[in-house]
Amino acid sequence: MPLVLERRSERSATIAIASPLIAIALTLATMAVLFAILGKNPVEALDVYFLEPLRDPYSLGEIAVKATPLVMIAIGLSLCYIANIWNIGAEGQFLVGAVAGSWLAVRTNGTDAGPWVLPAMLLLGALGGALYALIPAICKVRFGASEILTSLMLVYVANFGLDYLVRGPWRDPHGMNFPTTAEFDPVATVPTLIEGGRLHAGAIVTLLVVMAATVLLGRTIMGFEIRLVGAAPKAARFSGFNADKLTLFTFAVSGALAGLAGIIEVAGPVGHLQPDISPGYGFTAIIVAFLGRLNPVGILIAGLFLALTFIGGENAEIAIKVPLDLTKVFQGILLFYVLACDSMIIYRIRFISTLRKPAHADV
Amino acid sequence: MRAVSITKRYGSFLANDGIDLDLLPAEIHALLGENGAGKSTLVKVMYGLIQPNEGELRWMGNKIVLAGPSEARALGIGMVFQHFSLFENLTVAENVALGLAPTESFTAISERLAETARLYGLPLDPKREVWRLSVGERQRIEIVRALMQNPKLLILDEPTAVLTPQEADQLFVVLGRLKGEGRAILYISHKLDEVKRLCDTATILRGGKKVATCNPRQETAVSLARMMVGADIGEVKAASRRDVSVPRLVIYQLSLAPDDPHGTHLDRVSLEVRGGEIVGIAGVSGNGQDELFAALSGERLSPSEGAIVIDGLAAGMLGVNERRRMGAAFVPEERLGHGTAPRMKLSENALLTGHAASGMVKRGFVDKSATLAAVDRATTGFDVRKAKRDPEAVSLSGGNLQKFIVGREILREPGVLVVSQPTWGVDAGAAATIRQALIDLAGRGTAVLVVSQDLDELLEIADRTAVMFHGRLSAPLSAAEVTREKLGLLMGGAKTGEEPSVEEASHAVGA
Repeated sequence: MPLVLERRSERSATIAIASPLIAIALTLATMAVLFAILGKNPVEALDVYFLEPLRDPYSLGEIAVKATPLVMIAIGLSLCYIANIWNIGAEGQFLVGAVAGSWLAVRTNGTDAGPWVLPAMLLLGALGGALYALIPAICKVRFGASEILTSLMLVYVANFGLDYLVRGPWRDPHGMNFPTTAEFDPVATVPTLIEGGRLHAGAIVTLLVVMAATVLLGRTIMGFEIRLVGAAPKAARFSGFNADKLTLFTFAVSGALAGLAGIIEVAGPVGHLQPDISPGYGFTAIIVAFLGRLNPVGILIAGLFLALTFIGGENAEIAIKVPLDLTKVFQGILLFYVLACDSMIIYRIRFISTLRKPAHADV
Repeated sequence: MRAVSITKRYGSFLANDGIDLDLLPAEIHALLGENGAGKSTLVKVMYGLIQPNEGELRWMGNKIVLAGPSEARALGIGMVFQHFSLFENLTVAENVALGLAPTESFTAISERLAETARLYGLPLDPKREVWRLSVGERQRIEIVRALMQNPKLLILDEPTAVLTPQEADQLFVVLGRLKGEGRAILYISHKLDEVKRLCDTATILRGGKKVATCNPRQETAVSLARMMVGADIGEVKAASRRDVSVPRLVIYQLSLAPDDPHGTHLDRVSLEVRGGEIVGIAGVSGNGQDELFAALSGERLSPSEGAIVIDGLAAGMLGVNERRRMGAAFVPEERLGHGTAPRMKLSENALLTGHAASGMVKRGFVDKSATLAAVDRATTGFDVRKAKRDPEAVSLSGGNLQKFIVGREILREPGVLVVSQPTWGVDAGAAATIRQALIDLAGRGTAVLVVSQDLDELLEIADRTAVMFHGRLSAPLSAAEVTREKLGLLMGGAKTGEEPSVEEASHAVGA
């Protein structure tokens, strides 16, 4: 009884909505099995992972802090993915944005520079991320190089560049040789929203980005261009749109958003530049983008959910002694299931009978 | 071969509803019907490509079940598809060998191929690569490939759709010969005169049901058409004596290299289309029509500004939207994927060609009500039938989508309209609507250029017709002097002696 995928005559709207939910359910089931194999009680483990953080006000704040960069990056990536352009290197653009903005913080550190420092840092961060993202975009447009490979490889370049800076020229002279810059001045720090908490103004920037993306995609000719180039490239050319220009544009925008997320993370919750400023935000954001159906509001929800897995993973490490890497396993399984379920929107599974008789019933 | 009450359902849609068909030796049996009448479904069942939900096939009196085309071939059923399955970079012999059992050596296959080709008068060079061959020659490969399996029943799916009239005549000779050898032939077509000429019996399908089986020679074209369509088709009325004005579209010595290696090189194409005039471009597909359309629409830029002149302004190096702003409109051949984005709504597809010049965008924002209004105008003006106000393009039938696309462009009241294969694969009713709309548009002073493979269409609506062959365009023939035979000769590459009139075209370029 071989299985075949059969194209549906129309997109299934039900599955388009249900697919992320089915994917999450399948992921939870798989995780339960995994916990059982590790010798943990699956119910208890899942409770620690997914429910405990929701009962604790501090964890709730942390979820929002983690979701802030995830959603901001994922919005940018979704613009690329809708246009069938594959920026996989948001992690690198995040790091370069963090470095570019931190340059000003390091330069002005200890001086009496005014409140212009933070806005200038955010601008530099976005610019750095955008320029870094334009490298794979230009390689694709000019030389036909696969942007998937080039953008991914540039992540490692950014990683080592950051490492060099914080261990070398930018290292805090009073930092006991730790690879980190000096703590940023107050004028170079993103203000917190609640006294004593870690939730910061970056969350508001992210919400603005979500709203802007909703308007861009739904109401403007630019959004139409992005969707059309992704949906029917030949029709897009007939419509007079230039796919090369769009490649540069979406890469620049997604790079700028990743860079902005990077500098906000450094100038906000972290407070200084150090090598491990990201637990893989740029990669997790890919999952967020797809889990959120490449839709801005969906991405906001998906970002909060993925942030929950980060916090839950940290809790679980302490409470039931499972390795933190399990969070990455979890995220990988989730992406796998999301993509698998998505193919059901356009295809259906059918069993083909190998028996030599006409099939009398529709399967 | 006998098909007994074949029924095939796709979901709730009945593609074939209890169809009976008897195919006898030494008989050419026509299967007639409009697009979507169920012809393709029925022959796919008979060739083992799909399984019927009900009914059975009988082969020489015995009930058979075909699990796949290889079983059909083993029994002696051969089929020539409308769309060829050939590898362009392989030679003729290699292509044939790929379709045959691996028990025979390649040399033996090549010899048998040459032998079969000679026997039936289908000249083919086994060593030639397919991409060098014309469409007619490619079809010969498919026919010879089918004949090499010595079929007792040969099914041909719209074989003349891609042939010149002369090539079609050659094919009819071959088919007559096969019939003389006692083979049964099932001939699918919607060209009535062909069927009347060639076929002994005709079965007519409509909406998945068999309407009648008759002797086509005792029917008239009108009576056959009535059975196919189920109603009389309105005649297309020419606007009475149109006034022809100045040249509004001028192509002057346009040469352009193709952007894909198997494309056609445009070679000094010159033509002018005046306001109020419909000019046709005939030709077998693949002779440069696609390249010419891309150059006219601005999807590909010309090497010089003056190669294309729209309403007196040099447009050769302007993009598609700049040309639209100059009052030009374009309808490409491919409905889904080129003319429309299949998975987008009609309103978004109205925006697709309307965003530059039709006031649908204000300061970067899309005016949704303007795009919906454009859909509504096309719907009422061109009788587009659809399930809801703003469905996805892919959910419309071919004819309705084509009416929408043509309507979308005509409602912009363009000064110049370039349309490629306006009624390709469209039902007769929609085709008549579209042709009438083109004639009316020309009557309002627009220059209309129609690229078509359908000679009947061009003879019906074009004031002048030129022929494309190997990237060159013949001088246009006026409606008074044009005949099928003349066009057919030009489509086959015959020289007329007169080159495109350069003199005539050069006047307008100075503007």
